[in-house]
Amino acid sequence: MDPDLSLLLNGIVSGLLLGGLYAAAASGLAVSFGMLDIVNIAHPVLMVAAGFFVVLVGTALGLDPLLVAVLQAPLFYVLGIGLYTAYNYFFERRGDEALQGLAFFFGVMFIIEVGLVLLFGPEQRFLDPDYAFVTWRLGEIDVPLRMLIPALLAMASIGALYWFLQRTFTGLAIAAVAQDPEALRLMAVDPVRIKRIAFGISVALASIAGGALVVVQPIDPSTHNVFIGRVFAICIMGGMASLPGCILAAFLFGVVENLTATFYGPSWAPAVAFGWLLLVLAVRPQGLFGRAA
Amino acid sequence: MTEITRRGLGRVAAGGALNVAAAGALTAAAGAFPALAQGANPIRIGFSMSLSGGLAANGRSALLAQKIWAEDVNAKGGILGRQVQLVSYDDQSNPANVPSLYTKLIDVDKVDMVTSPYATAMIAPSMPVVMQRGMCYVSLFGAGVNEKLKYDRYFSINVTGDDIKGTYARGFLECTKMLPTPPKTISILAVDNDFAQRAAESVRTLSREYGLRIVYDRSYPPSTVDFTPTIRAIQAQRPDVIFFASYPPDSNGILRAVSELRVTAALFGGGMIGTQIAAVQAQLGPILNNLVTWDVYSPEPTMRFPGVVEFQEKYRARAPQEQTDVLGNYLQPYAYAQMQVVEQALNRVGKVDQAALTADMRANKFGTIVGEIEFSALGEWKKERNLFVQFQNITDGDLEKYKKPGTKVILYPPELKSGTLHTPYGAPA
Repeated sequence: MDPDLSLLLNGIVSGLLLGGLYAAAASGLAVSFGMLDIVNIAHPVLMVAAGFFVVLVGTALGLDPLLVAVLQAPLFYVLGIGLYTAYNYFFERRGDEALQGLAFFFGVMFIIEVGLVLLFGPEQRFLDPDYAFVTWRLGEIDVPLRMLIPALLAMASIGALYWFLQRTFTGLAIAAVAQDPEALRLMAVDPVRIKRIAFGISVALASIAGGALVVVQPIDPSTHNVFIGRVFAICIMGGMASLPGCILAAFLFGVVENLTATFYGPSWAPAVAFGWLLLVLAVRPQGLFGRAA
Repeated sequence: MTEITRRGLGRVAAGGALNVAAAGALTAAAGAFPALAQGANPIRIGFSMSLSGGLAANGRSALLAQKIWAEDVNAKGGILGRQVQLVSYDDQSNPANVPSLYTKLIDVDKVDMVTSPYATAMIAPSMPVVMQRGMCYVSLFGAGVNEKLKYDRYFSINVTGDDIKGTYARGFLECTKMLPTPPKTISILAVDNDFAQRAAESVRTLSREYGLRIVYDRSYPPSTVDFTPTIRAIQAQRPDVIFFASYPPDSNGILRAVSELRVTAALFGGGMIGTQIAAVQAQLGPILNNLVTWDVYSPEPTMRFPGVVEFQEKYRARAPQEQTDVLGNYLQPYAYAQMQVVEQALNRVGKVDQAALTADMRANKFGTIVGEIEFSALGEWKKERNLFVQFQNITDGDLEKYKKPGTKVILYPPELKSGTLHTPYGAPA
């Protein structure tokens, strides 16, 4: 195979796999930020916190990190409900959610990071399953399972969430609360309760993303800083409340980053990827799958 | 849309204050080293250290080493008959915090001496405050901080010496002479930060001297998540020698990608910060085999300086409970040595006099647990001592082997050399 073609194909495949991780990280934000309009800047650090607990439990019990991430997701759901309850009580019900809410989640982010340092120390933590050291060779295409398996889990969990939002009453209510909470109240549904559930789901998704992250790379308490800009950008590019848009934007981000790194050097990768965000927003201000106002 | 009102802004400010207060409380819990309240008038040494944030792994272990030094000194009766007290704050790995912390240390806490935080990025912002107060200043692992400032009371505990560009990569390139076939090509990949860029500049400059043609020369941003495409681009150039100047956790990501893509090279490594850390060594295991990288300490017989074994025993006994690097094979002995320099100067001068201490440090050699140190006019080590070590005989992630000779074999400098080069590097798939 032509070396440049091989580089191109490998760049696309590795970009899609990287996009899988980005989708895992951004899907929870698509619910909280995209659907509920809550600027949860602490979402990436919640993902890292989930990663730390995955390492802790997985190491102690000898379990696969992705399995632990799924098993602990209900606990993170409860954590999300707690966080939303505090946010709603102190800010949202008073109509102070814009600036004050941002300050609240910034504080949560900082406290979780320092809390992780105090609990686990600042060292890198890891939990490598056996498959993390296996790479499939498909002709000249390399597919490391370290990237593939977390990406598949991310797709499965986002697919399950999509089904839930489309096919269940609560899921439809979540979609409705994103559009018009007052109309929901007229249907005898408590929008705060629905938002609480939705926020819990978004934090539960952070647990899945944390497990995926641990398989891909070692983590430390400050790892979330790498993801903050990317996950918000993906969420916006995808169209805020759209899960298919989130996935497509994540894949696009991953492929653009990796192809740029391959052919023009890694220094340009973030700039070009964020440049694509601007381009998409210039053509479609509502994002790839967003609805025009 | 929410209207911004005075009351609203007040709430935001209150929320912010709450956050800062919480941070402060946590900082105090994590960072403030309690006074060793022995003696009425202790000698107080102040510094900031990164106990949270990206530099915390090394910052916390450096602080543990300094605590051990203080306890050792106090057990011997202190300095000049006075007990030693360390006053430290967590700078959260944020350079913006450093000037105010040093202002507080000097103007409010009125410490007798200040020493530096860990790493160039944190030392640099402390310099204006220290210079304005005329303090004698011993730094820890700063690279070229005083190159432009030329502060005459600055002294550096770092092996890189005065001329990083001219010397840093020489040891790595000297290893090319140990190869059975002379290499012809080299690739360079460096993270976008000060130290790595200096390292890359050094290898770029020196490569010509060693007859190497550069076939790939790029930088990458610290936020890079996936190194696979970059490593594949390097692999496509088929270089004989591969040089990375990387930081944690990038070093880990690079080596994982290298392993997955089965990259091989006659000489492979460079300045890969992170591979010196126990947690990284445990995770990467045999992927490290035959990697040649910059280092500052290895428990080889050639580096068994007086006191270092005893220090490491104490350090390793306490590291697990302090949740820090369990081996202490990197900057930890140097953090101890930093304080030994202060101790020896104070003992010779006989009083806390910044000018006299400066004169003493400039004129004398210091016997420390990392060997004899002598400072140049710029305050760097008069003779650089960049180590290049090779990981050898690694079969798993067990860390016990890193406590003994034979795992991190020193290839350069010649006076500390403890083994021979193994080639090529070819990580297991």
